[in-house]
Amino acid sequence: MTLSVDIRRQLGNFHLDVRLEAGAEPLALLGASGCGKSVTLQCIAGILRPDEGHIELDGQTLFDSASGVNLPPQRRNVGYLFQQYALFPNMTVRQNIAVAIRDRQARRRTAEELLLRFRLADAADKRPRQLSGGQQQRTALARILASQPKAILLDEPFSALDSYLKYQLELELQDMLRGFPGPVIWVSHDRGEVWRNCPRVCVIARGRSEPVVPMEQLFRDPGTEPAARLSGCKNYVSVLPDGETVRIPDWNIRLHCGRTVPEDVKTAGIRSHHVEIAAGAGENCFACSVDRVIDDVFGAIVLLRPDGAVPGAPLLRMELSKEAWAAQGGPARLSVRIAPEHLLLLR
Amino acid sequence: MDWYPLYNSLRIAAISTVAVFFLGLFFAYYIAKLPSLLKGALDVVLTLPLVLPPTVVGWLLLLLLGPKHPFGAWLWSVFGVRLVMTWWSAVFATVAVSFPLMYRTSRGAFESFDSTLSDAGKTLGLSNSYIFWRIQLPCCRQGILAGMVLAFARALGEYGATSMVAGYTPGRTATISTTVYQLWRTNDDAGALRWVLVNIFISAVFLLAVNLLESGKNGARKGGAAV
Repeated sequence: MTLSVDIRRQLGNFHLDVRLEAGAEPLALLGASGCGKSVTLQCIAGILRPDEGHIELDGQTLFDSASGVNLPPQRRNVGYLFQQYALFPNMTVRQNIAVAIRDRQARRRTAEELLLRFRLADAADKRPRQLSGGQQQRTALARILASQPKAILLDEPFSALDSYLKYQLELELQDMLRGFPGPVIWVSHDRGEVWRNCPRVCVIARGRSEPVVPMEQLFRDPGTEPAARLSGCKNYVSVLPDGETVRIPDWNIRLHCGRTVPEDVKTAGIRSHHVEIAAGAGENCFACSVDRVIDDVFGAIVLLRPDGAVPGAPLLRMELSKEAWAAQGGPARLSVRIAPEHLLLLR
Repeated sequence: MDWYPLYNSLRIAAISTVAVFFLGLFFAYYIAKLPSLLKGALDVVLTLPLVLPPTVVGWLLLLLLGPKHPFGAWLWSVFGVRLVMTWWSAVFATVAVSFPLMYRTSRGAFESFDSTLSDAGKTLGLSNSYIFWRIQLPCCRQGILAGMVLAFARALGEYGATSMVAGYTPGRTATISTTVYQLWRTNDDAGALRWVLVNIFISAVFLLAVNLLESGKNGARKGGAAV
């Protein structure tokens, strides 16, 4: 069962251009806020109409601008988990679930089954505003499954929650999605959340989607700066490709990449925890002065100025454990190394 | 004492409230969705009867319905129906002046309705009419009820336009307000006072109802904020 999306939509100055395909495993839709993630979900669900393109789910065309097909949301069989869950405030938990059951004859029995399965039997007669965050999420999911969707869209499911509740709800959501056979699209701006839950990822930056890649590739070789940013990389510096090396004019150094650098690479990304402290001189080692040390919750953040840095050049951010930094004894100067395989080459 | 004016006033107000309920909801629902420029223009037109003098509204109604004007004359010649100077003629006047109250309060309620609730309903397969009657309306019921009470009270107190389109015929088109005027004009102060007291009593009951609805709304808001 697959969901394939290829749509464009113009809204003022904002241009949405999304192409993606989701199979049986959850697909992460990763992007900064305002990049068009929610608009994409609304187009798939039929709440918004794309200007042109094609949406297909399990062999059925949901939208096709060429042939004029545009199924209403009611006939798309796409479940949508809204950010604030959108439970009907005038109905009890039981009613919220029961209204979504299409088969009238089985309505009562199916509702009771779902209440038990989602551990909501005790809360069945409560109104949504009387529920805890976890119960609200379970009610919303039970209601979606009650409508027997072919695909499920999750719109930043944990955006408004504190971290402990978020962790608990994430475990529950994992359990409940495990038995779902259809495509799941999980919208998020949190790299950890998608890494833990989705084997594949599609990055959206300023309305444009990048090709779907395995999650591991996003972190090993993100390919573009927006993707690298979303994967959590914090150091960026302009580079000039030169064979298997790159020149970094800002820092006046040359680094080996261990592979031929494509001509269109403009930027190198370096993850803070991939900056190693070097014993002395060697390949990809260079000397820096310590600009500033920031004490973080579980580690230390050290901002380094390479010796060859021109005025206005970016500082290099290094992260390491508190113990590892304490062992250095607070030096003013430091030699660091970046392994060739840890240099992210970005177009 | 002849209670006909009370009975007539109440049935006119009741019929016009039912009419205004559907008219107000219809316009509020569709206008709340319009782009702001068009919304502003239609808003002015639909709210005008609220701020115009009732005699102006009455004159405009006579222009539309009167037997000497094209539409009224056509109805009279084809169906033999006369739209003015009957007891139900007053319904036209009360609908015109009380419609804006219902329309404005329910439009405000619809605009503050969380549209993701209806989006959620659609993705769950619920029909648009089910979403409107069973989700949107119950969520907006405070504002809609307040609008209905205001529209009823306004219809009950209507004088100017009513006296122009329905006139004053004792036992046929007399309402409380036209009766008070007639009794005062004929120097029957004692009679006028009786109807004034009846009117004050009914109006007080309705204002009380409005206040109860308002406090219910505040209570619901406080409850919502506490969660």
